[in-house]
Amino acid sequence: MKPRTLFEKIWEQHLVTAETADTPAVLYIDLHLIHEVTSPQAFEVLRVNGLKVRRPDRTLGTLDHSTPTRTEQIFGNAPITIESAARQIQVLEQNSVEFGVELFGLRSDGRGIVHVIGPELGATQPGSTIVCGDSHTSTHGAFGALAFGIGTTEVGHVLATQCLLQRRPRTFAVEVSGQLHPAVTAKDLILAIIGRIGVAGGTGHVIEYRGETIRALSMDERMTVCNMSIEAGARAGMVAPDATTFSYLKGRPRAPQARDWERALEQWQELPSDPGAQFDRTTTIDAASLEPMITYGTNPGMVIPISSPIPAIQGDTVHARALDYMGFSPGEPIRDKPVNVVFVGSCTNSRLSDLRQAAEVLKGRHVARGVRMLVVPGSQQVKRDAEAEGLHRVFIDAGAEWRESGCSMCIGMNGDTVSSGQYSVSTSNRNFEGRQGKGARTLLASPATAAASAVRGKITDPRELLS
Amino acid sequence: MNPPARAPIRGIRSRTVVMPGANIDTDQIIPARFLTTTTREGLGSKLFNDWRYRPDGAPRTEFILNQPQTQGCRILVAGRNFGCGSSREHAPWALLDYGIGAVISTEIADIFRSNSLKNGLLPIVVEEATSRWLIDHPGEELDIDLEKMTLTLPDGRAISIQLEAFARYCLLNGIDELGYLLAQQERIALYERTRA
Repeated sequence: MKPRTLFEKIWEQHLVTAETADTPAVLYIDLHLIHEVTSPQAFEVLRVNGLKVRRPDRTLGTLDHSTPTRTEQIFGNAPITIESAARQIQVLEQNSVEFGVELFGLRSDGRGIVHVIGPELGATQPGSTIVCGDSHTSTHGAFGALAFGIGTTEVGHVLATQCLLQRRPRTFAVEVSGQLHPAVTAKDLILAIIGRIGVAGGTGHVIEYRGETIRALSMDERMTVCNMSIEAGARAGMVAPDATTFSYLKGRPRAPQARDWERALEQWQELPSDPGAQFDRTTTIDAASLEPMITYGTNPGMVIPISSPIPAIQGDTVHARALDYMGFSPGEPIRDKPVNVVFVGSCTNSRLSDLRQAAEVLKGRHVARGVRMLVVPGSQQVKRDAEAEGLHRVFIDAGAEWRESGCSMCIGMNGDTVSSGQYSVSTSNRNFEGRQGKGARTLLASPATAAASAVRGKITDPRELLS
Repeated sequence: MNPPARAPIRGIRSRTVVMPGANIDTDQIIPARFLTTTTREGLGSKLFNDWRYRPDGAPRTEFILNQPQTQGCRILVAGRNFGCGSSREHAPWALLDYGIGAVISTEIADIFRSNSLKNGLLPIVVEEATSRWLIDHPGEELDIDLEKMTLTLPDGRAISIQLEAFARYCLLNGIDELGYLLAQQERIALYERTRA
């Protein structure tokens, strides 16, 4: 048999109907995650056409995007100030009842960012197909799943039929070797990869991250890497499942149990790409040469090592426009640039290990005067775990705000925003113009870099604060 | 039930509006704060909101869509990697609601392209030379013909275009893909019984 890639194995296993020249494949979806922002119009299509949700047992909903993160708005009596956001929450609550879909509601213990709770529950499993009306669904690929973002029309397709019409994407191997230096994180690695291949470098492709560096990453770190595959234009990112994956999943509430676990394990062990499997494209990255990375412009490909100057690119109007928006000049160091806001959170960097990373820098220190720092756990479970080990005390004592889980300042549609003209060092995934609020200027970095910059009130290499 | 249907689309003939910058992302097309809606309608007024309007709500006269010569233009010629970023279908909804019926670029982001096709917004990928000509000649009238699969320039030159075969078939015949999927329910049930 011809050697196959991880992607090819999962793709072939999920074909209800294979593709032809005239028709796309009908691909079966194992897990459909939904949230309040991209689902209302899809449920409406079902309602108008008199359709049911085909597999409520394969559908899981949460509230994260337009949901506020202030404790008093979730657990107290403070109203949700954005009326249309409150309505979206209410509509998903109604739809989940009407269509019999499980929803982690506003005050649920299991609520959180959709890409944080799937893995946390053990619902995200190797070899499965996972979709969600959110481009960062690529996160789940860290478990050796084929996971990608879809639009609302497709959300409707999956609700009604548990299937999607898809053309087979091409495959792209990103081979990473060498050991990451201390304080150089998975976030720095993925930012460097995006810088290398470009924001459209992965268009039409599914990336498989491979090599010794990837094998050495924890599940949280692999999720950070896969999460930003879309920022390189790729539809999905994947890592082959291994002992790290299995030990993360074992015993999680929705992972297979007992006998089923043994059977699942046997199947999962067959998933990694066969020796000699061919990829359509390959690129290599030397992790040992990396330092902490930070973006300086208005897309995630505009990224540099933190010790480098802001690049000068002659005759590139997009680059010039980006620097103008950011208020930066070519040739200046990025280090020591002033910071107004620091955000630690988002589906990229809001898991327990990310919070530990930020806390390690903040412990015994204080956020600089005039800087606002927000720490937003990825889920209520992450919040409880962080509080159990006292991380929240580190954040609060340092002067940061400690919130309930949600997308928060990553997307600026839930009440948490950065003001116009302000500089925000953010552990999120997009530095597009206005992403964190109208006129906001975002610099993407790791939790360690974000925390170090909060302490100094200016862009700071975390290695200066970590012994 | 009757399979969901939509109006057939055979192509579009219009003058172009040109936005030459690369990597125009979905947060520019429709900023996230306008996504707290539960319907598809009325997003055209928010299209490119933060490029189109000043903080006080007055139109920015320098922005291309606020200029008189682009009024009524239904074909958007854009720089490379148009529609990158999020999966929000609100981006093609906003473009369509504003009146744009086709986007032409050398590269169009995957999810945006897929979302566009499902709503009757034509994502047309052209080669560098064609793109350069189009960017250098804003306001020219183009004809995009899905039956002939051509993009015809004002001088009569017809450039062949590509579109995924099934998406083209659905557009030309007014077929909603959901109907096609629903017709496969027996196969889906068989798949579930034998594998899932």
